[in-house]
Amino acid sequence: MKAALALIRRDIALAFREGGAIGVALGFYLVVIAIAPFGLGPDLNLLSRVAPGLLWIALLLAALLSADRIFHNDYEDGSLDVLAMGTLPLAGVAASKSLAHWITTCVPLALLAPVLGLLLNFPIHTIPLLVLAMLVGTPAVSFIASIGASLTLGLRRSGLLVALLVLPLYVPVLIFGVSTISAAVTGPGSPWPPFLMLCAISLASMVLAPLAAAAALRTGFR
Amino acid sequence: MSSPFTVTLETQGIACDRGGRRLFEDLSFALAPGDALLVQGPNGTGKTSLMRQIAGLLPLAAGEVSVAGAEADTPVAELCHYVGHLNGVKASLSVRENLTFWTDYLRTDASGGDVDAALGVFGLTPIADISAGYLSAGQKRKLALARLFACPRPIWLLDEPSVSLDVASVEWLRQAIESHGKAGGIAIVSTHVPLGGAFTHTLDLHTVDAAEEPTP
Repeated sequence: MKAALALIRRDIALAFREGGAIGVALGFYLVVIAIAPFGLGPDLNLLSRVAPGLLWIALLLAALLSADRIFHNDYEDGSLDVLAMGTLPLAGVAASKSLAHWITTCVPLALLAPVLGLLLNFPIHTIPLLVLAMLVGTPAVSFIASIGASLTLGLRRSGLLVALLVLPLYVPVLIFGVSTISAAVTGPGSPWPPFLMLCAISLASMVLAPLAAAAALRTGFR
Repeated sequence: MSSPFTVTLETQGIACDRGGRRLFEDLSFALAPGDALLVQGPNGTGKTSLMRQIAGLLPLAAGEVSVAGAEADTPVAELCHYVGHLNGVKASLSVRENLTFWTDYLRTDASGGDVDAALGVFGLTPIADISAGYLSAGQKRKLALARLFACPRPIWLLDEPSVSLDVASVEWLRQAIESHGKAGGIAIVSTHVPLGGAFTHTLDLHTVDAAEEPTP
């Protein structure tokens, strides 16, 4: 447990010192949402209707930008070898690194979402639910991304491949994330059933994805 | 290295396949506490692969690696330090932060960790607070080797540890391997640089290869 905490702390420190990944993800999210009204037209009713979907899709893409880095840097400089020799099982390594990715990438993105929602005429009274749904749904984003990152370990320009592998797996997160917010914005029905499904998806991927990632990492050492 | 180690390491008939080619097979040796094994051989005969197999990073094509004298159920990897060609040093962390992280990560409750003493072994104390990105290749290598002292483990797997070290540091390394042996530790070292009389055993991978492999 101490080893996992040490690893999470180091990954967070590295992410903030190196800075690039967080800044790029936030900048990408901002730009995509900012240009969307130019493409869709200035119809405020239309914008507020498509806002939940746009905010979620852009968030998934922004989070994927840094996903292939989850293991790549440690693989390149030999840290991953030493990480595999600690008392923490490899699945624990994968889970710690996914959690660090969530803290450094998905949480800032979820916190930026309300500001971007204003650009899309997103109703202000549902902003707390938007942030809550994103915070609850994005662990699945980071943990599932770690599977793609571990499978593409050692490949050049693996980012696009990770996106191809992982985006289809994000469909459930997208469906239930969007329907939570849509239900709150336009109704009918309660937002809580899809919200609970979102919780379930995140919990399941937090348990299962590290096992898959660890298996892929083990073959990556060869 | 205060508490003497009592671990013995034994390999039985291990073999290694890389890229569909058998590098070595039927390799057996046993190392008692205090032994140091020098692994020699031309490039490509499987020195690094052997180290990585013992460290659990590569699958064994045949045979097994076993340890005795440690707590039951401890994987071999958790008794080993592996310092390979890559140093595992993060450029944006300071020298001390790098070593502190590895100490926190690798240590168990039983084995303590002393970062400051470990920094002192290779004379890294004066540069402890600068960013590791500014270090020379030799200093990065010393930082990687400092893991050996920060978090005591009985088996050292050193793959070309002397690369980019200066003459004085190679001598320190030789002494460190000797004193690790005196404390009951096991060292397996591959090197092309003579490290003097630090070794009790020698394994020549070329002869294993030549003796076992039929001519195609």
